[in-house]
Amino acid sequence: MSLDGTKAHVDFGQGVLREVNVSLVEAKVGEYVLVHAGYAIQVLEENEALETLSLWNEVLAAGQE
Amino acid sequence: MADNLRFRNPELAHSIAQKIKTVAPKKGMVKFCHVCGTHEWTITHYGLRSLLPENVEVIAGPGCPVCIVPAAEIDEAVQLAQKGVVITCFGDVLRVPGSQSSLLEAKAAGADVRIVYAVSDAVEMAKSEPAKQFVFSAVGFETTAPITAVEALGDLPKNFSFLVSHRLIPPAMELLLGVGDLQIDGFIAPGHVSAIIGLKPYELFTRVYRMPTVVAGFEPNDVLMSIYMLLKQHSEHDAQLENEYSRVVKPEGNPKAIEVMKKAFTVTAGNWRGIGRLPDSALQLRPSLAQYDAREKFDVHVKEGKDINFGCECHLVIIGKIKPKECPLFMKACTPTKPVGACMVSSEGTCRVWAKNAAAQA
Repeated sequence: MSLDGTKAHVDFGQGVLREVNVSLVEAKVGEYVLVHAGYAIQVLEENEALETLSLWNEVLAAGQE
Repeated sequence: MADNLRFRNPELAHSIAQKIKTVAPKKGMVKFCHVCGTHEWTITHYGLRSLLPENVEVIAGPGCPVCIVPAAEIDEAVQLAQKGVVITCFGDVLRVPGSQSSLLEAKAAGADVRIVYAVSDAVEMAKSEPAKQFVFSAVGFETTAPITAVEALGDLPKNFSFLVSHRLIPPAMELLLGVGDLQIDGFIAPGHVSAIIGLKPYELFTRVYRMPTVVAGFEPNDVLMSIYMLLKQHSEHDAQLENEYSRVVKPEGNPKAIEVMKKAFTVTAGNWRGIGRLPDSALQLRPSLAQYDAREKFDVHVKEGKDINFGCECHLVIIGKIKPKECPLFMKACTPTKPVGACMVSSEGTCRVWAKNAAAQA
């Protein structure tokens, strides 16, 4: 949502906003972060998420032709 | 992430479950172990065990950081609280039994014990009440330890210190492989610990122990997929390290977090409730940060405590040797409102997870 030094305002969804410490990650406004006890500990990779899903589809399709 | 819901889509779950049946062995048991309270929650909450063939078992290892804090370290916090120090902690820690008293009981007797959402909240309290001493009970695995490290290396007020109870997951996984009659066939490795430490620490299990290991996320389909991946390896007599949770876990983990942990802590032997002493499994603040180490600052060192109450079988639940319902106290003398053992206290404890789910008790 917004970024100020080590502090960021993070949208947790459904209207929940909280200040989160982002000093452990390189996060930019607009990215998804994994938050643990008030700290962002990792930036989520949307491309990886989509890739995982397409990989699953491949696995599930295999052997069903 | 528009596709987020796909990770818990029931139709996809059933397709994966079908796929699991095709690779599961026709005879003989297969047993996989996870080491994360949140994995146990996902498995229990979504009833994933009911989707598995009868000969595929998933057990819960020591994945609850609150449950494995030894009574002696709760006793240290209680002693400090009784001396007038303000103890701050996560909500789960409050009711963990010490040898004589939990922090909640100390609070009821007049001590100043406060729940915080984040350690930074405790630091703010210390800043606004400079006449009092504040101690934060730092409990957690590698997911939480870097947070303590950042604060310890930062600009802390003089009246603030840590009672560090951090533990490391890979040594506990290695212990499980030494428990002869557990006979684990593969590990579901914890996603959020791995987000910090990366994949390298698990290489030991595949290379030395030939143990299939899959790092998994926390949506139901993540867990089902990891079980499929483990079964596939098992059927091919393979032992690979795979990452199902690549949207969060990078091979190198979080280098910034690893660096601050190295700066702030040394690795030492540590006691685990119900397990005993494990080498290289605990973190301790470096001597240069001794002023923030409550044990040094207040000279409080409890060597031994009473970890397991009479009749409680937490020590067997913690290593996955028995299921909660096999403990004679489960849902009788030991319930979420009146827990006897640590596994019933924390929302990540196996007994607590099962207690909150009627189907798991059937």
